[in-house]
This record gives sequence, C-alpha cells and structure tokens, in this order.
Amino acid sequence: MFNSKYEIEENYQVFPGHYLMAFKSLDIARTALPGQFLHIRCYQGTEPILRRPLSIHSINKEKNLVYILYRVCGRGTGLLSGMKAGEMLDVLGPLGNGFTMPKNDEKIVLMGGGIGAAPLFFLLEEIKTHFDKRIDKVSVFLGAANSDLIVGKEKINKMGFSGYYATDDGSSGFKGTVIDLFETIWTEGSPDRIYACGPSPMFRSLAEAADKNARIEVSVEEHMGCGLGVCLSCVCKVAGPGTSTENAHICVDGPVFDLRKIIF
Amino acid sequence: MNLAVNIGGIFMKNPVATASGTFGYGGEYADFIDLNKLGAIVTKGITLLPRGGNPVPRIVETPSGMLNSIGLENPGVEVVLEKYLPYLRGFDVPVIINIAGDTIDDYVRLAATLEGVQGVSGLEINISCPNVKKGGLAFGSDPESAAEVISEIRGVTALPLIAKLSPNVTSIARVAERVADAGADAVSLINTLTGMSIDIRKRKPVLANIVGGLSGPAIRPVAVRAVWQVYQAVSIPIIGMGGITCARDALEFIMAGATGVAVGMASFVNPRTTIEVLEGIEAFMKENGIEDVAELIGSAHKN
Ligand SMILES: Cc1cc2nc3c(=O)[nH]c(=O)nc-3n(C[C@H](O)[C@H](O)[C@H](O)COP(=O)(O)OP(=O)(O)OC[C@H]3O[C@@H](n4cnc5c(N)ncnc54)[C@H](O)[C@@H]3O)c2cc1C
Ligand SMILES: Cc1cc2nc3c(=O)[nH]c(=O)nc-3n(C[C@H](O)[C@H](O)[C@H](O)COP(=O)(O)O)c2cc1C
Ligand code: FES
Repeated sequence: MFNSKYEIEENYQVFPGHYLMAFKSLDIARTALPGQFLHIRCYQGTEPILRRPLSIHSINKEKNLVYILYRVCGRGTGLLSGMKAGEMLDVLGPLGNGFTMPKNDEKIVLMGGGIGAAPLFFLLEEIKTHFDKRIDKVSVFLGAANSDLIVGKEKINKMGFSGYYATDDGSSGFKGTVIDLFETIWTEGSPDRIYACGPSPMFRSLAEAADKNARIEVSVEEHMGCGLGVCLSCVCKVAGPGTSTENAHICVDGPVFDLRKIIF
Repeated sequence: MNLAVNIGGIFMKNPVATASGTFGYGGEYADFIDLNKLGAIVTKGITLLPRGGNPVPRIVETPSGMLNSIGLENPGVEVVLEKYLPYLRGFDVPVIINIAGDTIDDYVRLAATLEGVQGVSGLEINISCPNVKKGGLAFGSDPESAAEVISEIRGVTALPLIAKLSPNVTSIARVAERVADAGADAVSLINTLTGMSIDIRKRKPVLANIVGGLSGPAIRPVAVRAVWQVYQAVSIPIIGMGGITCARDALEFIMAGATGVAVGMASFVNPRTTIEVLEGIEAFMKENGIEDVAELIGSAHKN
C-alpha cells in the first residue's frame, strides 16, 4: 500500500461525461490486483476535502501506467477531469481485496452495469495473461443507458472475448438490463463463476437470476472516509458464523464480496 | 529543544496525539508513519460489549469537513485488550484508551477493567458522542452529570483521566470546571458538533441516523475558541483538536492554551498529517528561537 504523488500521463473524455486517466506508478502497477481500488485526492485544499474511491480500470505493466475510468458526477470527479498531463496526482492504494482468479476449466461470466464495468477490464487483462488458451470460456455482458455509454466494446473484441451488450433505450444491442440480457441469451448451463460490478439493485436481481451453484463475486460501493479500515464508515452487512450477521468494512474486507454472503 | 509535555501524568515526547476514532487502534497507519514518533495514540472509543454501530450511510462530506454517525462501532473491551493492545505495547508511545457507555455503571466497569492493564497509559472519557441514543452526549451536555461520571470513574482507577468535552453545550468552560473538580487530570476538546445534511434530490436526510457529528477544518474556529475559554477556566492541561491539518493549525490551539493537540479526520486525507504537524511545530520553534514548547502554550493570552 502506497501514498504518493504520481505524474499524470493523459486524461481525456472517452465518451460524454466519462474520462480515462493514466498515471505513472511503478508501485501500483507492480502490486495491484484486479478489483482493488485507489483513494484519490482530487484537490490539495480542504474543499472538497475527502479522497474519492475509484477502481483500477487497467494496468500497462510495460510502461507502469495505471488507468482509471470515471464518470463525472460531482465536485471531486469534476476537479479530476480538469487535471492535465504532467500534473501530479495524490493516490493512496492499492486498497482492499480484489476478485479471486478463476480456475483453469471454469466457465466465466463478467457483468457490468454502466460505469460499474470499469474494474472488469483489469480482471479481463489478468484472465487473458493467465488463461490465454481458454478465453473462449469467458463471456462479457455490459449494459448502459444508451449505446454511447457502453464501456470498452472495442477493447473486449480486441482482447478476443465474446461481448454481449444491452442498453436501457435499445439504441444498440438488447433493450433492457444486463441481467435481462443474460437471462435471455444464456443457454450454456450454469456458469461456474460470475463477476459483477454495478449499482446494488443489479446485485439483487443477479442473486435471483443466477444458478445457485455459481460463485458470484461483486464489487460493492459505499461512501468512504479513510479507505484504510479506520473510520468505520463503509459498512456492509455480511453473514457471520451460524445465523449471525457481522459488519464487513468495504475498504479493507471488500470491495469485492461473495454475493451470497451479503445481507441486503 | 524540548517538545515533551505532561498531560495530567501522561508523559508525551511531543504534543501531537491522534484523535479517537480517526486512527483505529494504531496499526492501520503504520505503513505511512513511524508510530514511535507520536506523542500519544488515542484509540477508537470502546464499550464493555461489542457494538455494531449505525446503519449506512454513516458519513457525508460537507464544506471543509464531514458529518459522521458511526455510532461507536467497536469489538468491545475484551477483544481490544486481546487483539490490539499487544501490538501497541510494542511501541514506545503512551496509549490512551477512549471509553464510552450507556450508563455510569458501564463507564465504571470499563475503567475498572482497564485499571492496571500493562500498556494503558490513561483513559479518555467520551461524554460527548453525538451518535448514540443513550449515554455519550447525554452526560457531557450537563456540567453536573459530566462531573458525576468523572467522579465515579475516579473512584475505581488511578489512571490519568482525560474528560472529552462536547462543544454542543451552553458553556464548555463550566463543564471543564466541574470535571476538573470531580477529579479529571486533563480535558480534551472538542468532540464533533451535531449537524445534518439533506439530499435535495431524494428530499431526505443523507445520513441514515439523520444527524451526525461535524469534524474537519470547518469546526476549527469553534474548537480554538473552546480551548481559549477552557484555558481561562481551569488549570488542568488541555488536548486541543478540531480541524487540525498542519502545524499552523496546531499552533493556534497551543497558543490558545492547549498543552497537547490531536489530529482527527485530516489523517483520512493525508495519512502523514500527524508527523507533518510535529515537524512543522519543530520548524516553527527553530525559526523563532523557542527552546521549550511550554513557552508557546497559552501564549496568545499574554499578548
Ligand atoms: C470501491 C469503489 C470503486 C469505485 N470505482 C469507480 C470507478 O472506477 N469509476 C467511477 O466513475 N466511479 C467509481 N466509484 C464511485 C466514485 O467513488 C464516486 O462517483 C465519486 O466518489 C463521486 O465523487 P464526486 O466528488 O464527483 O461526487 P459528489 O457527489 O460531489 O461526492 C460527495 C461525496 O460522496 C461520495 N460519493 C458519491 N457517490 C459515491 C459512490 N457511488 N460511491 C462512493 N462514494 C460516493 C464522494 O466520494 C464524496 O465523499 C467507486 C466507488 C467505490 C466505493
Ligand atoms: C469517523 C470519526 C469517528 C470518531 N469516533 C470517535 C470516538 O469513537 N470517540 C471520540 O471520543 N471521538 C470520536 N471522534 C471525534 C474525534 O476524535 C475528534 O474529536 C473530532 O473529529 C474533531 O477533530 P477533527 O476535526 O480533527 O476530526 C470521531 C470522529 C470521526 C471523524
Ligand atoms: S473508508 Fe474508513 S473504514 Fe472504510
């Protein structure tokens, strides 16, 4: 875990309201795991004061570049979008526990709703590196409000994965949610593993839609203060021993959780 | 140059401590700073039995600060002693345990449990938590009940007692006087100010608990004023806190009358804040030819 300032390599709008930023960090590029996140200081003064949690979108290990993909939705991300190449970015991370990697012969489904898809790409990169011969076992389902907002379609094709797309308005692909799309077209029996990122209503329908035997890992969001397990703000209720429930802290115990352990 | 201070019998090698609830049980920040350099470590508030805390959202960012309604989530005194204290004993830093309860009896039993435990240098008595239904602020908002809690605890322990005071009162100086009379060795101030924030899109409070405690630079002037008034009212040492982000901020508290200072939520933003505050105080003393930090304590009252 590091806290340092890293030089921004590029930062530009990829589609309306969404930005891709790369910064150079040997520390993070070498140690980060898919599903982990960064706690980023968008402003050096005190207003806005808190760091912003953002997932690691992608890593270029040759160039030690770390990518984040973010939607501008408030002051912090607004300030971030105004930062220029050459400026320094204050980053705390990598934080949390990421996804567990699949086993060699598993049938895998990745699902992303909207900007929630951001961390799935780093996972796809790692899957490709370690399971290159089995990428035919991997299916990617992405959904967004409209066709302009679907994250990384070309990248999925370029990497050789099969991608399936849904839009709320039907402007491209299937009209409906990613879960609807999955339920409609998936005919290959239960996937062994599902990785999902997106808003929490999506998780609830996923819990109902998916086969009981599939292991489902989801990345959960909550407002964060410290990112280090100190302030206890980012609680998610999970099943404890027996019938008990306990507090998990998303920043250190997550953000990735076994969906079936989460208590909604 | 002397930076060492004595907070009611707790010897700190410098005035910089951590504020309860913003530094966990110490280990979380060890990747970023040398814990041995701290003046003292104050733990997250603990209770006799484990507590789950409040529903989420528990925090919301506000102008130059944040509201929190954690609700004293903690694993209970037994687990803290078994799991976290042994780690903290490995450092050459006084450990101050922050305690809270629903009833006076809770506080007394907690204090008795911690009496004589190796590695505990003092107790900070949280009679100022705005986020729990019973206890907490209910005791701290009235000078007489605050004094009662302190004197009952005084009866069961020889450990240095620091009463943590709330700014949500008519006269914080009056509360300080009464807890000093009741046997407190020091006071720490301020705990958070009660506040709330409304999500105008959803037309409802942001925090699940509706209200929370405000911390951060937004409250610093209130905190400095509180330290100033309490310094005039009592002779026991003060640990000042509320919105400290750098040495300049900490020096305001010291000049208003604080013997020690504590860094709170600033650690969330910059994990090295405590050490940077310390280094900045040293630099200030060097620049101004000050030999002993004691020369600065309360110095704004003299000019
Ligand atoms: C583990 C994790 C990973 C994330 N990864 C990404 C990502 O890769 N790309 C992306 O665009 N967004 C991601 N988010 C959401 C992102 O953190 C918020 O969109 C961002 O904090 C909003 O900040 P703001 O200042 O623009 O908005 P404001 O509304 O001005 O923020 C006000 C406060 O609310 C908090 N907040 C607002 N929305 C969220 C949210 N959804 N989750 C957590 N805190 C929030 C902010 O951090 C800030 O403290 C992630 C969140 C978490 C918890
Ligand atoms: C997330 C959070 C948790 C806190 N928990 C406690 C606590 O358990 N006990 C306590 O006495 N004060 C607690 N406080 C109050 C701080 O110790 C401190 O008094 C207050 O935050 C003001 O300092 P700051 O502005 O530097 O943060 C907490 C504050 C925050 C932000
Ligand atoms: S953000 Fe502070 S505990 Fe998770």
